[in-house]
This record gives sequence, C-alpha cells and structure tokens, in this order.
Amino acid sequence: MSNQKKFIVSHAPFWLDGSRISIRSYNLMIAALPALLFGIAQYGMPAIGVITLAISSAIIWEYLWDVITKQAVTIGDGNAAVIGLLFGMLLPATAPWWFVIIGTFIAVIIGKQIYGGIGANAFNPVLVAIAILMLSWKYVFNFDGMLLNYDFNFLAVYPLAALKHFGVSGIESFNMGDLLMGQQIGGIGTGFGLGLIIGGAYLIIRGYIRWEISASFIVGMFITAMLFNLSDSARFAGPLVHLFTGYTLIGIFFLATEDSSSPVNFIPMLIYGAGAGVLTVLIRNIGVYVDGVVFAILAMNLVSPLLDMIRPKAIGKVV
Amino acid sequence: MIKRSFIGLAKPRLEYELLEDIQPELVRVPTAKKVTLFLDSPFDPYIKRENDLLKIGDKVKTGQKLQLTGDSGAYVISTVTGTISSITSFISDLGRKQTAISIEAATEEAIDETFANQSKQPGIKNLLAFLEGAPGNPNLKFFSGTEKTIGTIAILGADKDLLPVTNQYFVKSKTDAIKSGIRVLKELTGVANIVIVVPQSLMQAAGATGVQVKVVDSQYPAALPLMVMKDVLGQVVPAGKTCEDLGVCFLSAEAVASIGSAYESGQLPISKTFTLIKKDGGKILVSARIGTSVKDVFDACNIAVKDNDRIIFGGIMTGSSAYSEELPVKSDTDAIIIQDSEEIPLTTDYPCINCGDCIRICPANMPVNMLVRLLEASQYEEAVDNYDLDSCVECGLCSYVCVSRIPIFQYIRMAKKELARIKTAEATNE
Repeated sequence: MSNQKKFIVSHAPFWLDGSRISIRSYNLMIAALPALLFGIAQYGMPAIGVITLAISSAIIWEYLWDVITKQAVTIGDGNAAVIGLLFGMLLPATAPWWFVIIGTFIAVIIGKQIYGGIGANAFNPVLVAIAILMLSWKYVFNFDGMLLNYDFNFLAVYPLAALKHFGVSGIESFNMGDLLMGQQIGGIGTGFGLGLIIGGAYLIIRGYIRWEISASFIVGMFITAMLFNLSDSARFAGPLVHLFTGYTLIGIFFLATEDSSSPVNFIPMLIYGAGAGVLTVLIRNIGVYVDGVVFAILAMNLVSPLLDMIRPKAIGKVV
Repeated sequence: MIKRSFIGLAKPRLEYELLEDIQPELVRVPTAKKVTLFLDSPFDPYIKRENDLLKIGDKVKTGQKLQLTGDSGAYVISTVTGTISSITSFISDLGRKQTAISIEAATEEAIDETFANQSKQPGIKNLLAFLEGAPGNPNLKFFSGTEKTIGTIAILGADKDLLPVTNQYFVKSKTDAIKSGIRVLKELTGVANIVIVVPQSLMQAAGATGVQVKVVDSQYPAALPLMVMKDVLGQVVPAGKTCEDLGVCFLSAEAVASIGSAYESGQLPISKTFTLIKKDGGKILVSARIGTSVKDVFDACNIAVKDNDRIIFGGIMTGSSAYSEELPVKSDTDAIIIQDSEEIPLTTDYPCINCGDCIRICPANMPVNMLVRLLEASQYEEAVDNYDLDSCVECGLCSYVCVSRIPIFQYIRMAKKELARIKTAEATNE
C-alpha cells in the first residue's frame, strides 16, 4: 500500500468561485479610501493618528480575544481592520486616544466577538460602539466643539447641528455642491460625499454590498425628508441636505450594508433600507439627536431577522 | 476553474459544455487484468456464508449475472471472463454499504449466453433481470411493480453536470441504438409517452429518434432532473417528492442506448463510455469495461497523476472524489476529472457571514443562509420543517459561491441522508 499515490479527497463542488472573506474586507477598505484620503487631507496628522490607532487597536483587541478564548486567530480575514477603519472614519479628527481604544474595544469585543464572532453579530459592531460612546461622552461628537481649533476656508459649522438649532435659516449659506465636495466639518471620513458615493458604487458593482439596501435607504430618506420639507420648509430641510450631511452617505454604503446585521432577501432588504432612511429623518427632524443614522440603522438591525422571514417560496413547497 | 467575475453585481453564469467543441473520437481502454464490480447490497464477512451463490475461485464468463445471495435480488453483470479473486465489503459515498467483487481476467474471453436466449421472450422481466446495472445506470426499478406508476419516460440527452459530454455524445453518434432502445422500452414497459431532452445544438440528431424533442437551457443547473421537470416538462415536483412520484422516469441517453444495443445484438453491454477531463481541461471520450480501475484508464490514455491531485468521479459540481487509483469505473460514471494539486480550492470551517450570495443563486429559492446555521448544528428536522431542506435540487451552486467557503452542499446531502435514516429507523420500530 505504501506505493499508492495519495489524493486530495473532498466533497463537491470541486470548483469555487474564488471569493473569500479577506478579499471582501480589502475591497471594503479600498472603497473607503477616497473619502478617507480626503478627510486626512482636510484634518491632517490628527486624522491619521485616529485612523491608524483605530485600525490597529481593533486588530489587537480581536487578536487578544482569540488568544484568551483559545480560538484560531481570525485577524487575517480583515474584518477587524474594516471595523476599525469605519469606526475611525466616524470620529472627529481630534478624538482623544483613549476614546478610540475604548471605542474599538466596544466594537470588536462587545459588538462582534461576544455574539460569536464574524457573521453572528446582530448589530453593526461599529454602530454599537458609536452609539454607546455617543451616550457616554457626548462632547466628542459635538463636531463644532471638537474641531474648534481648525481653520477652514469654508463655514466651520456642523450642518446638522445648525439645522437642529436654527432651522433651515441656519444652513442657508451651504450649497449642495460644496457639501458634496466635502466643504463641511464632521467625522474624518464622512464629509466627502462624492468619495463615499464613488466607493459605494464600486462596492455595488463588485457585488460586495447589496444595492437594494442602499437604494431603498436613499428613497426612504428622500420621501420622508421631502414630506417634512413640504409641511414646514422653514423648520425642515430638503432631502438633499439630509443626504449630503452627517453620517448619511457612509451609513448608506458602508454601515447599513454590513452583512451579518442586514437581511438578504429582496423584499426584506427594501424594507430594511427604507426603514433606516425614514427613521434617520424622523430622528433628525423630531428626535432629540442631531444625527439619526446611527440609531436608525441599529433599530433596523434589530428587526432584520424578523424581516428576513419574508422570503420567496421555495420551489415545490406545498404549504 | 471559473472565477468570480470582476463585476459581481450579476449572478455568475455557468454554461454547460457542448459537444461540438471537441472531437467525438472514442479511446478504447483494453480489457484490464482485474476488474472490480459493486453489488448493491451489504456484505458481512463475519457470518458463515454457506448458501452464497458466489465464492472466491469461481469461474465467470463475460455477461454472466452475478448474485451473492438469491434473496436480495441485487446483481451485477460480469464484464470479463475470469476467476473471482476477492469478495469484500465496500463503503461507498455517504456510507452506502456495498459488496466489492474482484475478478481476475483470463486471457480467453467467453460470452455467457443466458441473456441471448432469454431476451427473445417477451415481458419486462428480462429487462429488469439483466439491465439494471447497464452502462448509464438505467433507473428501472420503477417498472418492476404490477401497478403502472410511470406515465412518461424522459430521456436525458443533455449532461447533468458541467463538464461531461457523455450523454450528448450518445445522442449524436448512437442515434440508432437509442432508437431501438426506445422501441424496446415502449414494447416492454407499455409507456407510450417518451420524450428526449437535449441541448439546442442536438435538436436535429435527437429528432431522428422519432420521439418528441424538448430543448433544455444551456445554463447550469437546467439539466438536473428536478429542473427539467419544472422548466421543460412544466411540472413542479413538490418538496420531498421525486420525479417518479409524479410519474416521470428519467433515463440517460446512454442507458437507453445500452438497452437498445442489448436487445439488438443479444449481448449485454459491458463498456461504459465517459468523458475524461485532463488537468489542462482537455477532454477525451473514453470507453472502458465497467470495473476497470482508474489507473488502467490513465495508463491507456497516457495520463500521469501525482500526489495531492484530485480525481473526481462524475461532474465538477456534484461528483465525488476518489481516494485511490484502484477505484473502478462504475455504470454511472459519466466523467472522470483530474484536478492538479495547485488548482484545488479548499473549504473552510469559517462561519456564515450572511452575505446572501447563496440566496441569490439558489435555483430553488431556499433560505440557504438559515439552513446552513441549522445544519452545522445537526438540527435536521427543524431544517426540513421550517427552512425548505426538501426543496433542494442538489446543484451545489451555494457552495460554489460561498464567501466563507462552507461546504454547504455536503451539509445538505448529509442532512438528507440522515433524515432518510431516521425515517427508516422510525418505520421499522413501529
């Protein structure tokens, strides 16, 4: 028997299409680059500091978790890096170092690993971290206060805060083109709308995010914002303002589309996206928070398993 | 290997190979020194076997019917003349227990005349008694009952899986044999409604058989029987039922041709034709006696394999891999594929990340993402009751697109097998 050749035995199918989680993660990071680079150009070294610290600490937290729980080390799949990157992009460039590290701890450990790791998290880990931090250290997310020492060649006012406090008259000086091109303050990677749209389009074309969620998010948001705007145009801004400010675009393309916390069937995806869009505007317009994207997506994450029960009938199913 | 395209928004399209592209020139493998045949009944080596019809050392003739015990009814047709050298237990795919019978071939060949004499008598009995294990593996057991349950015979002139072109070859070049096979089937089974299902390119050749021709789509998995039922014959098979429950019996073109040539010549067909796909993707059509080991086939075709390569019986999506070169060609081996060690993608034990690619590609609309979670935890009953496990058409596309590279298809097969086992266990307990 010793001269017998040894063959690889495995089960069908014997072809795979070559996709893997790490490739998916790298593509997500590539797609985030345009917006990220613009943010770094705008905010300089502190932004680089926040982003690199966020990515590295997220990876380290996951590595430590793997070691402590005696599991195979999973940092190679790039998911921790993606979480760190997206988390960093949502922060103001002047966020303190301890804040970043606590944030990635919440994102990776509480947001993802305690549910059982990749694929098992019920909520988007990044948003869990942002929500907890937002409630605990409110002032860090006050972009007007945090970015006070910067000198910009445009109006350094966080548009959504101005909208909340002064109504539509507070944001009259912004025009849509400037907002889209990143002439606004906000998180490191959230201001440059065009870059986020390019990244989102890339992900949709490559099939790494589900276009249904992004499209219905935009539609849901547009319709709700328009209805508010029609009812009282002095108090409520139009849909484009909502689209180009705050966390909206990064939410549409990078946060709401997170795989494990969003539905996968067609109709549920539409409801999920539209629901997040509607809730975002509701929270912004009549809620207490300045930006509603974080809580809107978290709320939809909560109902996503329920929504996913709406599914097409399998062939041959009798009932 | 077909890779994921750059633009991932569209579903991947896997097209069936068509015969036109290759030369249908048959390579004949010379009669091997030893053949191994599988008898579809378990073999227990530890009980006393005095009443066995076969013993080591028995002489057999080509075309002789071999039965181990009279009562089980399982038989194989010897494909060589020679001496039985061993009878052992063999565990086949998914734990199916079989008996392996090895025969050392003698130099002189003698043909057993039993079938030639009996085939002249009318009746379905001979068909069932001699041709169940014929090349192409005709699914004849549904004709054995006294009640007529089958109303339609569908001849599959397309290949079920991606790379083989065996059935297409039979439609194109063995039209006469298929024609006489159809005549025999009509006469013996009494089934009047016979259709032949072929790809577009073989419509003319199939038309010569004189039965109704239906065209099947060129995109995988259109030629799987359950998909043919739905898209071509317009009958959706209810979950958990089979095509035969609806009165449609699928026979491959090769099986029909085997039946035809058996009755035409009075000799049982013993050679299986299959597509051999080399490492570089080149195809040759090979004819070898059933039971010839893969090694002999490779030697005859000048193919070298090395450690860590993969040998696949059947198609690329649904076949099974072999652990040894000694394994023989069987009556249902439509293809043998050799993959180079460097081209073998491995599956992982990573969890599902819920990307939804499987949902979008599943031809049966199954909630694969939920199913895989249950199957990983062996919750088979829950999977059947709430997550449509029974609707699976077993195409393997979910595993093909899986980002986490989970062997979903294997989980599904195992679950189905396990459920069948539970069901029979419950039935025998009552």
